[in-house]
Amino acid sequence: MTNSPLWESKLWESPLWGWPAWLMLLPVLVPLLGALVFGVLGWRPSTRWVGAVSAACVLGAAIAIAAGVTASGPQVAFFSLLRVDALSAFLLIVIGAVALISAVATPRYLAVEVEAGRADERDCRHMVLLVQVFLALMALAVLAAGLGVLWVAMEATTIVTAFLVGQRRGRAAVEAAWKYVVICSTGIALALLGTFLLNFAAQHTPLPAGLDWVDLVAAAPNLDPGVTRIAAALLIVGFGTKAGLAPLHAWLPDAHSQAPAPVSALMSGVLISVAFYAVLRVKVIADAALGPEFARALLVVLALASLMLAASLLLAQRDYKRMLAYSSIENMGLLALGAAIGSPLAIAAVLLHILGHGLAKSSLFLGAGRILQVTGTSRIDRVRGLAAREPLLAGCFGFGVLAIIAFPPFALFASELGMARAGFDAGLGWQMTAALLLVLVIAASLVNHTSRMLLGAPVAAVAAPSEAAASKDTVVDAAGLEAVDLAPVPAAGPFSSPPVAVRTLPARSSVAVASPIPAVLPIAIEVAAGPTVADARRSRPSAEIYAMGGALLTCAVLGLTLGPLGPLLAQATAVITRTP
Amino acid sequence: MSTALYTQLLNLVAGAFLLTAVLILWRRELTGIIDVFALQGVALATLVGIIAVAEGSAELGAVAVGVLVLRAGVLPWVLRRAAASAGVAQRETKPLVNVVSSLLAAAALTLLAYAVSQPLVELAPSPATHAIPVGMAVVLIGFFVLVTRRLALSQLVGFLLLDNGITAVGFLTATGVGLIVELGVSLDVLLVVLVLQVLKTRMREAFGATDLDELRELHD
Repeated sequence: MTNSPLWESKLWESPLWGWPAWLMLLPVLVPLLGALVFGVLGWRPSTRWVGAVSAACVLGAAIAIAAGVTASGPQVAFFSLLRVDALSAFLLIVIGAVALISAVATPRYLAVEVEAGRADERDCRHMVLLVQVFLALMALAVLAAGLGVLWVAMEATTIVTAFLVGQRRGRAAVEAAWKYVVICSTGIALALLGTFLLNFAAQHTPLPAGLDWVDLVAAAPNLDPGVTRIAAALLIVGFGTKAGLAPLHAWLPDAHSQAPAPVSALMSGVLISVAFYAVLRVKVIADAALGPEFARALLVVLALASLMLAASLLLAQRDYKRMLAYSSIENMGLLALGAAIGSPLAIAAVLLHILGHGLAKSSLFLGAGRILQVTGTSRIDRVRGLAAREPLLAGCFGFGVLAIIAFPPFALFASELGMARAGFDAGLGWQMTAALLLVLVIAASLVNHTSRMLLGAPVAAVAAPSEAAASKDTVVDAAGLEAVDLAPVPAAGPFSSPPVAVRTLPARSSVAVASPIPAVLPIAIEVAAGPTVADARRSRPSAEIYAMGGALLTCAVLGLTLGPLGPLLAQATAVITRTP
Repeated sequence: MSTALYTQLLNLVAGAFLLTAVLILWRRELTGIIDVFALQGVALATLVGIIAVAEGSAELGAVAVGVLVLRAGVLPWVLRRAAASAGVAQRETKPLVNVVSSLLAAAALTLLAYAVSQPLVELAPSPATHAIPVGMAVVLIGFFVLVTRRLALSQLVGFLLLDNGITAVGFLTATGVGLIVELGVSLDVLLVVLVLQVLKTRMREAFGATDLDELRELHD
């Protein structure tokens, strides 16, 4: 408490608790309070921004905690059940940031869903309430002082999110929720077995230790290697399941594509990263007990399997939400690879990657949710020419994909570069080469699929039954003309197939019939009537565009400079590599 | 309690624990499977009770009662209700692996469990730790049921079998992981079962069956 004047002021130190206690409880209590508000008042105009306020409070508390930890070191509170060090503070910031992005986009998303008749007030209340509980549990998971509370919190997130995944009650949603609960609970059960065995090993050391991270790390050199090996393998595979690492990844594409967009953003942006945080904590203990080779071998296998799987299933992917989900598996694979390398550079890159991926992937899932609302389809080949209809949305989505494939200046570029350098330095030559090749394949497929969605001629010849009945013919004509005009222009870029614009013409009528979504109507008119009507129709950008833009901008800035996050990141790295 | 009696009782109960797991593989009617599962819950609670008496721990005795209520009472009750709401008596008519092969697999898994558990037994040899391989075998058999059965409810039983095995290992390694964690674990298991039951009901509404073969909407 010496460096920062903030922490010297007596205001922060109540005699009963001291600062860490109540400040550390905030990220858990505020969302619970938010859940209470939603439970009592329901989802209505007056409670619309409660979620965003709660997420902003979590982010604010996370930043305050991070400042405190950087200045005065780790803190323990609440009967030693909670403990915050630089690593947990960093993860808290990721949770707060992604939660804010998702919460800002939620009101508009739900409004459109209600308007389209896909959800009623009860569904909305249900969703926002569970999202708040979900947030509280994730905060609890990273604040937990030991493996026991972390395990309980992780399993509880599965239970809460199961209802969010299965909210739509259709066949696909129920199937996704069933797979999610069965596979994740099984994975987490393996982690529980690992927890028991690790505890068993810790009890039979000269100084019996509990399940607290600090005790375990201190006792690690004396742990029985045979037992610890089984325990660490179970823990890494178990929490790896929840993080979406192969071979127990099968739930992830289903769950992330079926959940409502703001929930997918949270699940893909932070939940799997929080699970990976558990893997990182276990790795610290395994390294101290068994040497780095054991965890490294296991993580390299998981990482390469995940990358290979993501690459093979992305090549011919037809659904853009599943495409984003497989990209999450890829990024988890990269995190595992970085953790396997284990040098300070690699670990710092892993942590930066967690933040960058959280920002980019959450904005991508919000964009995908919006595209689904606008077009009514989640198939890549049915979305075409989005750039012409919804330039802002398409622009954000495009930049999001560039961010996720690690284009400079986004943070993921810096982190993947760091991992590659660290990997070759650590003598993991062929593993890194294989990983880089797979990442290239994945990047190419992502760019290919996205360019097919964004570029080309718009599929927009939908006439408005009420307003545009008279001008129906002109609408079709104008759209047709535009498509023909576009045909010779190589605007689609090197990755997209040239006959896109030509193919649009016969496809147009069938798509027009297949998507009777009211949201398409203004677009048809825009395309037909040119910029004047379009400008009138397209009022100022909506909240989710701000959320996506803000997230991507932050991601880009982080790629250039870490700013005040630098010291925190360095300290968090030191927690994992155990270098002072 | 003399050491010899303690060891004998422990071995007897551990044997019953493993036997019930194998019986679950053998039975086909869901109601029968649930009955055997309840029996296994009794065996698990007795196991905890024996350890409690041997250690003279009242707290562990209370935990044994809790285990009995949850695993021989509440969970089988939830499963029975789910099976009854499914209407017609459900049978596992075509598991991915037939019964004879399943029993052989159970034998192989038990051997594997003994091989894997060697370091655990060697770390602190005692009558309790010598029973750890039994717990591990139940974990593996549970996993086997989970991946080879087609009815939603039998998958659920597989998951619970896995969980029973893990709980047994937890008690046999005599590691008090703290009351909060213990409570959290029990609550989580209960909630997972309730969530899956809700989903199963929805599945029947959406698909008209709880045969997991029907789950084919999502794939690549």
